Amino acid sequence: MDWDWSYVWDFMPQILDGLVVTLKATVLGSLLAFGLGLVWTLLFRVPSRWVRWPVRAVVEFVRDTPLLVQLFFLFYVLPTLDISFSPLVTGVIGLGLHYSTYTAEVYRAGIEAVPRGQWEAATALSLPRTHTWVAVVLPQALRRVVPALGNYVIAMFKDTPLLYAIAVLDMLKQAQEVGAESFRYLEPMTVVGLLFVVIAYPTSLLIRLLERRLGTH
Amino acid sequence: MAPTDSATEERTPTGGTTPPLIRFDRVVKRFGGVTVLDELDFSVAAGRNVTLIGPSGSGKTTILRLLMTLIRPDGGSITVDGDNLTHMVRRGKLVPADEKHVRPIRKKIGMVFQQFNLFPNMRVLRNLTEAPVRVLGMDRDEAEIRARELLEMVGLADKADAHCAHLSGGQQQRVAIARALAMRPKVLLLDEVTSALDPELVAGVLDLLRDIAVSGDVTLVCVTHEMGFARDVSDQVLMFDAGRVVESGPPEKIFSDPDHQRTRDFLRAVR
Repeated sequence: MDWDWSYVWDFMPQILDGLVVTLKATVLGSLLAFGLGLVWTLLFRVPSRWVRWPVRAVVEFVRDTPLLVQLFFLFYVLPTLDISFSPLVTGVIGLGLHYSTYTAEVYRAGIEAVPRGQWEAATALSLPRTHTWVAVVLPQALRRVVPALGNYVIAMFKDTPLLYAIAVLDMLKQAQEVGAESFRYLEPMTVVGLLFVVIAYPTSLLIRLLERRLGTH
Repeated sequence: MAPTDSATEERTPTGGTTPPLIRFDRVVKRFGGVTVLDELDFSVAAGRNVTLIGPSGSGKTTILRLLMTLIRPDGGSITVDGDNLTHMVRRGKLVPADEKHVRPIRKKIGMVFQQFNLFPNMRVLRNLTEAPVRVLGMDRDEAEIRARELLEMVGLADKADAHCAHLSGGQQQRVAIARALAMRPKVLLLDEVTSALDPELVAGVLDLLRDIAVSGDVTLVCVTHEMGFARDVSDQVLMFDAGRVVESGPPEKIFSDPDHQRTRDFLRAVR
């Protein structure tokens, strides 16, 4: 089997369309995972166990079931309850929800790593509780967790091909369609794989750099 | 209520007695099964700087933490400037104080910690202005002017825009002192404030505290192992052991002619 460059140039625009969808899903999914994860973490700390326990149970359940099953559930079961979204939105919700259960743990660790003395100093200055969270604890906690969150963004990026299963026109889906038309899969699948590397590797280097920058402070 | 301990019978220079700024009344504190404070009574008069001395584990730091409301007592009551810090009246009954009751009383108290506890996510100036702006409702410009004055006082006027992590331990502790003073407390609690410092940085911090002590703007309550400092700044020294006051008196008396063998043993050990 020979590598055919002209074939590559022909299908490239279609693959890049897919890349845009993949990146969209990753960015929006990450934002959802960052926000929702923080909500879980803060709910874990609510004094009432009637809030804490159900939240814990839901988060644990989501974390321990496969993402693909969740995507199918969102895509095929929710519409039977008259709740339906476009494939991409469904994918973003699935990715964001799934990864929020990981980011919640990241935040929890970050918050616990803020020394107790910081809380005590805030009390000694009579700072209100909410202000202590917003101005003292969370800024320190978030700074610590940026690298860990970045690693989950990369993991999510590499999970986006699962959206193929719910008809999102991501990179993999486009490559598969290209291949199906011409019965040549070598070039499209290779290109897709390389594009993942070309994006994921520099991103991980960037995160490592960020880690060092934040660590020196 | 009649004074129950020699520590409560401090005389003012004019010979009369003033209502105490701080009073502990049969205060009990346990950690797990260990009783750290056992029905402790003592009081501190306004403007009379106090130093608590005694072996580690004798409950000195616990007293400061109770005053700062970082922990709650298991029994007894604490009064600060006439307000009950531990109890409040609800429907004619005395019940444990809630956050809302404690808040205005806590504002009269400031604390400086062994580990400084500056907020590393804020620059030096912001450390000093955050609470005055948020808690006292001070105008930000006004708070900054006041913060710069305080930094000047602690000798760090040029560090207003520095990151806390770039300061030495001694500088951080001086910022922490300025931060506490920015809230204009009536009582300043000093919890072994030089223990975490390199030896060569201790003198600067102690000199600053001596100046604050003589200024008379704030009543100091110190826990320290620096006996020289205790002798210089305090009007009254309380010797603690096992959660009780062994003896109390002016520093000249406690350091040169203590009544109790325990005090003599302790002072010999720390010298």
